[in-house]
Amino acid sequence: MSGRGLFGRIDWFTVFIYVFLVLIGWVNIYSTTMTDTSASIFDFSTLYGKQLFFIGLALVGIVLVLFIETNFFERFASIFYIIAMLLLVGLFAFGKTIAGATSWYDLGFFNLQPSELAKVATALALAKYLSDIQTDIKTRKHQFYALVIILLPALLILPQPDPGSSLIYFSLFFVLFREGFPLYYLGVLIIAVVLFATTLMFGTVWVGIGLGILTVLIFTFKRATTKIPIFPFSLVLIVSILFSLSVRFVFDNVFEQRHRDRFALWLSLEKDEGKLEEIRKTIGYNTYQSEKAIESGGFFGKGFLEGTRTKGDFVPEQHTDYIFSSVGEEWGFAGTTAVILLFSFLFLRLIYIAERQKSDFSRMYGYGVISILFIHYFVNIGMVIGLLPTIGIPLPFFSYGGSGLIFFTMLLFIFLKLDSNRLKDGI
Amino acid sequence: MKKLLLSSIVVIIGFTFIGRLSYLQLFRFSPDQVLDDPAIKKIYDYPERGYIYDRNGELMVGNQPAYDVMVIPREVKPLDTIEFCNLLKIDKEHFINKMRKARVYSPRLPSVLVPQLSKEDYARLQEKMRHFEGFYIQKRSLRYYTTNSSANVLGYISEVNERDLKNNPYYVAGELKGRTGIEKQYEDILRGRKGVKHIQKDRFNRDIGPYKEGKLDTLPEQGREIHITLDKALQEYGERLMHGKRGGIVAIEPKSGEILTMISGPTYDPALLVGRERSKNYSKLHYDTISKPTWDRSILAEPSPGSPFKTLNALVALQEGVIDQKTKFRCYNGFYVGNQKKGCHCGGGVRDMNSGIFQSCNAYFAGTFRKIFEKYPTTDEGMDMWERHMKSFGLGRYLGTDIPTGRPGRIPGKAFYDKWYGDGSWASSTIISNAIGQGEVAATPLQLANMATAIGNRGYYYTPHILKTVGNMGAIDPKYTEPHYTTIDREYFEPVIQGMANVYKYGTARWVQIPGIEIAGKTGTVENFIRVKGERMQLTDHSVFVAFAPVDNPKIALAVYIENGYYGSRYAGHIASLLIEKYIKGEITRKDLEKRMLEKTLEHEYAKPYSGEPFKINEYVW
Repeated sequence: MSGRGLFGRIDWFTVFIYVFLVLIGWVNIYSTTMTDTSASIFDFSTLYGKQLFFIGLALVGIVLVLFIETNFFERFASIFYIIAMLLLVGLFAFGKTIAGATSWYDLGFFNLQPSELAKVATALALAKYLSDIQTDIKTRKHQFYALVIILLPALLILPQPDPGSSLIYFSLFFVLFREGFPLYYLGVLIIAVVLFATTLMFGTVWVGIGLGILTVLIFTFKRATTKIPIFPFSLVLIVSILFSLSVRFVFDNVFEQRHRDRFALWLSLEKDEGKLEEIRKTIGYNTYQSEKAIESGGFFGKGFLEGTRTKGDFVPEQHTDYIFSSVGEEWGFAGTTAVILLFSFLFLRLIYIAERQKSDFSRMYGYGVISILFIHYFVNIGMVIGLLPTIGIPLPFFSYGGSGLIFFTMLLFIFLKLDSNRLKDGI
Repeated sequence: MKKLLLSSIVVIIGFTFIGRLSYLQLFRFSPDQVLDDPAIKKIYDYPERGYIYDRNGELMVGNQPAYDVMVIPREVKPLDTIEFCNLLKIDKEHFINKMRKARVYSPRLPSVLVPQLSKEDYARLQEKMRHFEGFYIQKRSLRYYTTNSSANVLGYISEVNERDLKNNPYYVAGELKGRTGIEKQYEDILRGRKGVKHIQKDRFNRDIGPYKEGKLDTLPEQGREIHITLDKALQEYGERLMHGKRGGIVAIEPKSGEILTMISGPTYDPALLVGRERSKNYSKLHYDTISKPTWDRSILAEPSPGSPFKTLNALVALQEGVIDQKTKFRCYNGFYVGNQKKGCHCGGGVRDMNSGIFQSCNAYFAGTFRKIFEKYPTTDEGMDMWERHMKSFGLGRYLGTDIPTGRPGRIPGKAFYDKWYGDGSWASSTIISNAIGQGEVAATPLQLANMATAIGNRGYYYTPHILKTVGNMGAIDPKYTEPHYTTIDREYFEPVIQGMANVYKYGTARWVQIPGIEIAGKTGTVENFIRVKGERMQLTDHSVFVAFAPVDNPKIALAVYIENGYYGSRYAGHIASLLIEKYIKGEITRKDLEKRMLEKTLEHEYAKPYSGEPFKINEYVW
């Protein structure tokens, strides 16, 4: 077995999907940033030229990762994590501000975004901690430490401000759930989200009435077969109603107007069609334009470099967060579906790979990788096609940006490296 | 469970995304979306609107240049407002107000500051314009009329409104569209098609070049000229005769159904609805609810036809065989319906068809009318037959002319009277007024002229129409070259026409004779009532004349209807005879009569019901 070389053991299926995504991404970056005057695709003064350079850097990163000793990542996971946290703290003193967020270090030729690095580091650190023989996720204490590992970078990134990136870390809960973290936490989360949305849409009174009816239904149909513990049940009910009551307060007093408008748009809270249209074209301008661009693509799209809205630069941030709208306009439904399928196959393949790991660390890290990639994909495309409110995070392998591409690549290939070693008893 | 959690979420989210994308890209997608793509600016090249010529090739409607003063608010430099306002002939407040509106609309895009300057104003402004930065002059094309007549027939054009934009995707806000009359009916021909250039824009509205190298661009298609059937000279003459009178005149060429004149009085100069004063003038005309200059009486007024309708009853009776030429009725200076006596002005005595028509005897036609109904076992059957005959003359329904408005008039049927009186509660005697064209029958002047055409042609007519040719092509819609036959056989027309010719020779219209021209006609004196402040009052009779000439081979058939003109030959007959003479001879020999008709007005009649004082009707004042 060990006789086969590295190239025989690497998961080529995943590599192919990765290469596809990066290529499609670049083609679309080319389309969105191309101007009539620009010349060679290797012209590094253009954004697509730069992105090509970053792709080169990412390749170098892949080579490095593949030739590093497998144990290295597990052994130094804690060190990476500490370095990453220090870099995040360091931003408060030495950070460079771009577009209002202090998220970068200016390295002269390159702006480094440590929150990208921190994603890799946190995934590694979480896997390392959970795979430790002494860690038992069933105990409150260890649950707490795991939460600290996840939430520390999130808290450090939040004030940059970059709420989008800090949201990413919550995806690591998927790792915890996989490893036996009680699922009812997820239940609580879902209930909270549903209560939040329904309260905003229908008001506390109706939510209360709804909960009451639900209670009556549960009691009439379930009481006969199972005995329902009255006390905890009523506690849940009361907490739910209190939560619902607080939603309005938080929404009106803690949120800022721009947040409120985003929710108003997302949940169609504004009943006046004229005002809703107004919000759609001002606060929801990005989403409105990106939806329109996607819509105008039809089934086969307008063709490469033929997207009028893309060319006219109507969709803001199109080469970064809104890159998917360019796919929609120029490649149509065929293109968007292909991309969705590619991502879905990638995730399913990675889950399959993660599950076949013998080493706990590899499996847990694998889940970390999947969770992080998935949440980016989910939030980004959900936003671009108008299903989720505006949250600015990039689409992995697609969006323009050096730090993003390089660290997503490393995140993925560290896992492929671990996988290529799964049959060795090295650990 | 914990192993499947993430996989199932991935699958669910994948399906959700694809679902949403198919909604956006498959369901909401429409292929002509390029029309409202903000990234593509369309620049239009407007063709000149087609000219309108009369039947003899005389220009009636052309185009003239007009000049809009435009402003781009961002580029305006401080200026001498007072001087500028004097130049543009606007006051300062108006100027400031307009500038504010332009800025609100867009500081970057041009707005109209003063619309439609005349050539003269433009000439004065031209040399000084360069002192005022941010302002420029844009040329556009307006209608130009070589006649001050025919306003209602020609119609006017105006800016498209919301509804037009929704109904017809061709139009873009700010464009002009034919609104009434010929301008509306032949909009597509006259307008042509605008040319379109597609320009790719960026989100700052900057042009970045032609879209798809101009593959979708189109060249403008010139509007085509049309020739209409009106005779400009006759039309203008008729309108002069209508001076100070209300009513409608329609003349038709019987051999073709071409409408020679179509006049409504009072009318207005079509030039009033062009240019800077347009909206002021429009309001003035539109809100004149008493004389209603924009209400085209020639096709919209539906008065009772009066005595000319008797000729049709004579024809029906002959066709049904209930009378012949010799059949006689006695007139007792009136006739009896039960115990009630209805009057007649014919002088009394025994009447046959000829004298019945030329003396316009009410008793004769009451008798005829009864006989028509007596032929059938039930009144309903008689009514159906009568209605069918009448409608074959184009009465009681839309004629189907190429004029966008019109009225059907009314030929009452059994359903009408069943509703009014109750089923079985009426008979021919109940509705006897229809015998003499009073009662419930109603017809527009156009329908009366068409009726004269059908009689003059001895039994057929062409759908009256106004379009002669489009451009150089001769052919028009075949529906206008297809004869419509009446239900009356040709042989029955001669005796009736004989009566009508005698109307002119010895009868009620002997006052209007033209040396050298034989006319067949029928006068009408129509009682009428109005309601002023809830009070029903009778006004002076309407004067009606329906005729065609020459008798044997008619070149013109016409109906003249003058509101409150008193008896038939008094106004309508005289005006009709002048028009016939003008059309056939080209000049007027009876200068005294012409002078009298041009000068006399009926304003005193129209003022009567609004004077608030008691008044007399049917006064003989000349």
